[in-house]
Amino acid sequence: MLFNVHYRLERRTTTLLIGIVVAASIGGLVEIAPLFTIEGTVEAAPNMRVLTPLEVAGRDIYVREGCYLCHSQMIRTLQDEVDRYGHYSLAVESKYDHPMLWGSKRIGPDLARIGGKYSDEWHVRHLIDPRAVVPQSIMPRYAFLAQRDLKTAELGENLAALRAVGVPYTRDMIDNASADATAQVAADSSGAAALLKRYGEATNVREFAGSTSRVTEMDALVAYLQMVGKQTNIEDDAGANKKPPDND
Amino acid sequence: MKEIIRTLTTGERQAALAIAICVTVIGLTMAALGNGDPFGIHGYVVMAYGLVATIFLIRCYNLPPSNVDRAGSYYDEPIKVAVVFSLAWAVVGMLFGLWAALQLAWPSLSFDLPWSSFGRIRPDHTTGVIFGFGGNALIGTSFYVVQRSSRARMPDQVAPLFVVLGYNLFCVLGATGYLMGVTKSKEYAEPEWYAGLWLVTVWIVYLIIYLRTLARRKEPHIYVANWYYLAFIVIVAILYVVNNLAVPISFTRAKSYSLFGGVQDAMTEWWYGHNAVAFFLTAGFLGMLYYFMPKRAGRPIYSYRISIISFWGITFFYIWVGSHHLHYTALPEWVQILGMSFSLMLLVPSWASAGNALMTLNGAWDKVRDDATLRFMMVAAVFYGLTTFEGSFMAIRPVNSLSHYTDWTIAHVHAGSLGWVAMITFGSLYAMVPWVWKKPSMYSPRLVEVHFWCALSGAVIYVLAMWNSGILQGLMWRTYNEHGTLAYSFVDSVVAMHPYYIARALGGLIFLIGVLVCCYNVFKTVRTPVDAFGPARRKVEDALGPVPLPRPASSPLPRPAE
Repeated sequence: MLFNVHYRLERRTTTLLIGIVVAASIGGLVEIAPLFTIEGTVEAAPNMRVLTPLEVAGRDIYVREGCYLCHSQMIRTLQDEVDRYGHYSLAVESKYDHPMLWGSKRIGPDLARIGGKYSDEWHVRHLIDPRAVVPQSIMPRYAFLAQRDLKTAELGENLAALRAVGVPYTRDMIDNASADATAQVAADSSGAAALLKRYGEATNVREFAGSTSRVTEMDALVAYLQMVGKQTNIEDDAGANKKPPDND
Repeated sequence: MKEIIRTLTTGERQAALAIAICVTVIGLTMAALGNGDPFGIHGYVVMAYGLVATIFLIRCYNLPPSNVDRAGSYYDEPIKVAVVFSLAWAVVGMLFGLWAALQLAWPSLSFDLPWSSFGRIRPDHTTGVIFGFGGNALIGTSFYVVQRSSRARMPDQVAPLFVVLGYNLFCVLGATGYLMGVTKSKEYAEPEWYAGLWLVTVWIVYLIIYLRTLARRKEPHIYVANWYYLAFIVIVAILYVVNNLAVPISFTRAKSYSLFGGVQDAMTEWWYGHNAVAFFLTAGFLGMLYYFMPKRAGRPIYSYRISIISFWGITFFYIWVGSHHLHYTALPEWVQILGMSFSLMLLVPSWASAGNALMTLNGAWDKVRDDATLRFMMVAAVFYGLTTFEGSFMAIRPVNSLSHYTDWTIAHVHAGSLGWVAMITFGSLYAMVPWVWKKPSMYSPRLVEVHFWCALSGAVIYVLAMWNSGILQGLMWRTYNEHGTLAYSFVDSVVAMHPYYIARALGGLIFLIGVLVCCYNVFKTVRTPVDAFGPARRKVEDALGPVPLPRPASSPLPRPAE
């Protein structure tokens, strides 16, 4: 039967083309389309926070430098991963990630729960010279981040684009994006209060890379790293019960 | 290049010039709009590319046309351009790969420059070899195969050139972009939105040329190699468009955000990523295998029916398996299980293809022994069989729990890319280069032999090193001591990788040396006049003149009745 059908197909270009497209479409439709419709694919997290403009800028730097090529952000449901990195990752935690940064390779360790694990100072020193902190590290040096001023003027465009793909930024957040980015490193400024009002009291507001007057790319990246895994309260809610469902 | 212009009529020269000027103007507009952003720098790159083409076309505009009998010959000039680009990208892509490998062994080799860190040059390696080297080889050989097996010339004179040159502009935008930090961060689909739009334009033209050539065929049947090339062209287009849906921050900046987020984005990415393996790195190269291996061996494909089963099997099953990249993650488990199951089923059509290829060589094993070109193809088929087995094995969830995130994946990928993709490409190029440049043979069969052993030993050293490091890494991460805590810190595993990273770089270096030998041999083949090839050589390799077509899938079995 197959041979007879094929025998007809291979003499007609367009029919063969349609046959190929049909055969190759089924799998994708069955596996991907339901992910958008089946409830429960992504868990509910009512109090999920969005990244601040400074953290968005940091995430863009994380993408720009290709950090995702060596560091995953996806802890699997395996006992050793949970013991090493913390609670396994839930789908909701990367709900606002466009694109996702789950990664595929661990040349360095997973970073899904890096937020709050180390001090800002540790991150800055480590990014400037990884081997000064971890002698055996093979990570590149990112000292230039501390020298480069962050371009904050156009961050509103970034937030607007993220809103277009589904991240719930408000008009207020978009309009004040560049002011918020500057305010996040200056805790005592008047802008900081407005920032906290917009993004919530739990927002990290401090001088990430050691200066309140200047916002560098280092500030942005460290602010982002301190927020990775902290957008939901998964880890706090789960408490001590970290038993993963799979144990092989 | 001047010879190419000479084959064009005045009208065609004007059309080519118009396209080149359009590209220049697009580049100028981008440069003006994207001032201060990498988008603007890419504008200058596009403008320079268009300007070089424009100036060249103007300088050659008045060249007298050559008296080539167009109706009675195949159109091979774009193929030659694609071959040159393919080899150039092979060297560039592998150099970046070698550099990246060395950085993992000795991190100071990045020289602490922003553009040269591992994270920025790694996509240059993957794009250079997959899209630069592999993509140009696919375009070149597909133009060759579709014309010969259809006994028809390509329909248009300018469009195939546009496809080759336009495709390489996309590769250039990708490769230069990563160094500036322009990336969408989706693996194997990193170039930003404007490069993607350009690629889609080029690709549609490519598909149209291919379909029109098939429509002009003088053979009643479409040869098996063309099924694969067709699947490659059309499915890659669908995959690429869906996975690259994104919203640019603004039309004057390079950055965009993916339309999908989180779990849906992850599934879309690996649906794309694994099917880039399926339809770019497998289907297209199987097209090469199905044409060049029977031609070189002088044997018909072993079984027409196995060809049919494996073609539809690969087309249908492959698309399901992407989720095996996401085992034990936040992706719903039912999708993971589907991915694993179909990965196992996929072994059937994969081994059918590999077996069909090896059985084709029955009766020609003496040629495999004597002819390194055919041996490249044979080894490619063997690696194809081994890699597809390994792939199905690694898709099993418990195996994947060990292998995922480790160098085992890198070993698997390179067994496929060095062992299968590169070997079948070199075999096909060594067969095709003398045919399109109308030479009796390659300049030096002995250098082909040298290249073969460099390629094989380099690939084996590379894969063995990464197998060892990958499994060691996976085991170290999951080992517990007697107190029930993890036995090794992460950095312990980094230290343990050091010797394997050196061995891997060595394997890559040997492979790259082989490629350089290939470049030299191709260069000399092109430059050496026909008379300088010894008369004895002509008997060994293919005779000069029009290449006879392979019989359409000659089958020992009777064909089904109409």
